[in-house]
Amino acid sequence: MNPGSNDGSYLAPESVGKLGRIGLVAGVAGLVLLAVGFATNKDQLFRSYLTGFMWMLGLSAGALGILLLHHVTRGAWGVMIRRILEAAASPLTLGFAAVAFLPIALGTHSLYEWSHGEVVAADAILTHKKPWLNTTSFLTRSAIYFAIWILLAGVLSRLSARQDETGDRRLSLWMQRWGAAGLVAYFLSMTFAAFDWLMSLTPHWYSTIYGLYVIIGQAVAAMALVALAALVLGEGPSPAVPFQPRHLHDYGKLLFAFVCVWAYFAYSQFIIIWSGNLPEETAFYASRMNGAWKVTTIVLVLLHYALPFALLLSRDRKRSAKALAPVAVLLLLARWLDLHWLVAPSFSKDAFTIHWLDLAAPLALGGIWLFLFTLGLKARPLLPANEPFLKEALAHD
Amino acid sequence: MHGPHTEPLLHGVMAEFRNPEELLEAIGAAKAAGFTKLDAYTPYPIEKVFDALDLHHSKLPLLVLGASIVGAVGVFGFAYWASAIDYPLNIGGRPLNSWPAFIPATFEGAIFHGGLAAALGMLLLNGLPRPHHPVFNVQRFVEHASKDGYFLVVESDDPKFDGPSVRRFLEGLAPVEVNEVEN
Repeated sequence: MNPGSNDGSYLAPESVGKLGRIGLVAGVAGLVLLAVGFATNKDQLFRSYLTGFMWMLGLSAGALGILLLHHVTRGAWGVMIRRILEAAASPLTLGFAAVAFLPIALGTHSLYEWSHGEVVAADAILTHKKPWLNTTSFLTRSAIYFAIWILLAGVLSRLSARQDETGDRRLSLWMQRWGAAGLVAYFLSMTFAAFDWLMSLTPHWYSTIYGLYVIIGQAVAAMALVALAALVLGEGPSPAVPFQPRHLHDYGKLLFAFVCVWAYFAYSQFIIIWSGNLPEETAFYASRMNGAWKVTTIVLVLLHYALPFALLLSRDRKRSAKALAPVAVLLLLARWLDLHWLVAPSFSKDAFTIHWLDLAAPLALGGIWLFLFTLGLKARPLLPANEPFLKEALAHD
Repeated sequence: MHGPHTEPLLHGVMAEFRNPEELLEAIGAAKAAGFTKLDAYTPYPIEKVFDALDLHHSKLPLLVLGASIVGAVGVFGFAYWASAIDYPLNIGGRPLNSWPAFIPATFEGAIFHGGLAAALGMLLLNGLPRPHHPVFNVQRFVEHASKDGYFLVVESDDPKFDGPSVRRFLEGLAPVEVNEVEN
């Protein structure tokens, strides 16, 4: 067996269980805060909750996307982190996300203008959009999105478990096929989910790249998560997963690429709307680039692009889990800011808002998510023993 | 006959090894012995040889970064000068300094200058194109360097270089053959 591993069993270390307990405590504390918020400020609760929900969903959905990509490309880079991705995008975490969506389903009146019949009736555009934007079809579509994601996560998890048991070579081919079909399903479903849950907050406004913008943000979140998981699982003299600098280099490069693509999509959306200069399109940026939200926009560009871009240029930083971790934490914070920047100005154009519930929601959902994630990490060996590319992935260069 | 102050007679002393492991061991021994001007030649790239010779920290990335910044600032500055100073033109009522419109060209300017700097800087730093290199004066090198020989050269500009003792040192590493590399 590989000399760098702990006796080749690749089981989760003690620290994972501890992290899970911390997550659970944080989650319960956050839920109590959310309950207080529900009793005192319902509208604010649902708005904060939507941001927190999308932030948490990004960890799972982004991991699902990267897992699908790994199965299609079969790169050795993905073998080392497959179990991390499977734990992040498991039927358990995505099932939790589906349950966690219920408050949004109950809070449509606080969130979505189009859910008010009298507003729609008085508005020609919303009346025109009514066949798509109405509560029944909104909830039906949402259920379909979760069904697709849970199905994909479940199938990939089962195939991977079967590979552990039997080592059947044909399973790799099946994973690749599901990966290809799943990528199409994931991009379509997540695009529509982003349209439904976020873009319809301002139902007159539209942007076709919006879905991709949300998707690449999720990839950033998931890759940052992978970098942090690699720190926890790869630490110590006999690490649970024997990550080498070249593995971390790959994850650092992917993180760098995702950050750049995020900036590219963000700018693509902006330059097209800016060039067109049509009032119904510019409203989105008019409320974010002038006045109350201007500083937030600048800070977002700095934290989500300029700073991580500059930091990730360094080769040495990408090759060490310890050096990569601060960038990953920064990007997870920037992910929340990006979602806050998408959601909050829809409700408060003229004043910058940040509420304590904005912090309670990611604490509650992120905490419970972390607990479920660690359960997934503990459930199976952290490397797929019968994966044909495992030897190549573990080999020293 | 060479006078006392002409170019050194030797480019260095070369030892040939049978496999990458022996070569790596020899690099380690040469570094331990205090030699700093080392070069290795293998039939295919070997990551560990790069590590052993510390070849990963090239100056090229800094050169590319510098050129990219110059390219970005240059193109943005030119676009600003052309649109706002030299030939101000009202386009759709937008401000003269319509920076969003300059960004794509600024980005391309950064990539273009970075790419140029990468290609030209690579040639500058590695000394190519070069019609001849002294290592080809060694017959074994010509025959085996692209097939099955793993060569280590201690170059004559090493402060510790002194032909005969370097030869004795390399012979002590059990090579296939040791050769002086003439200039």
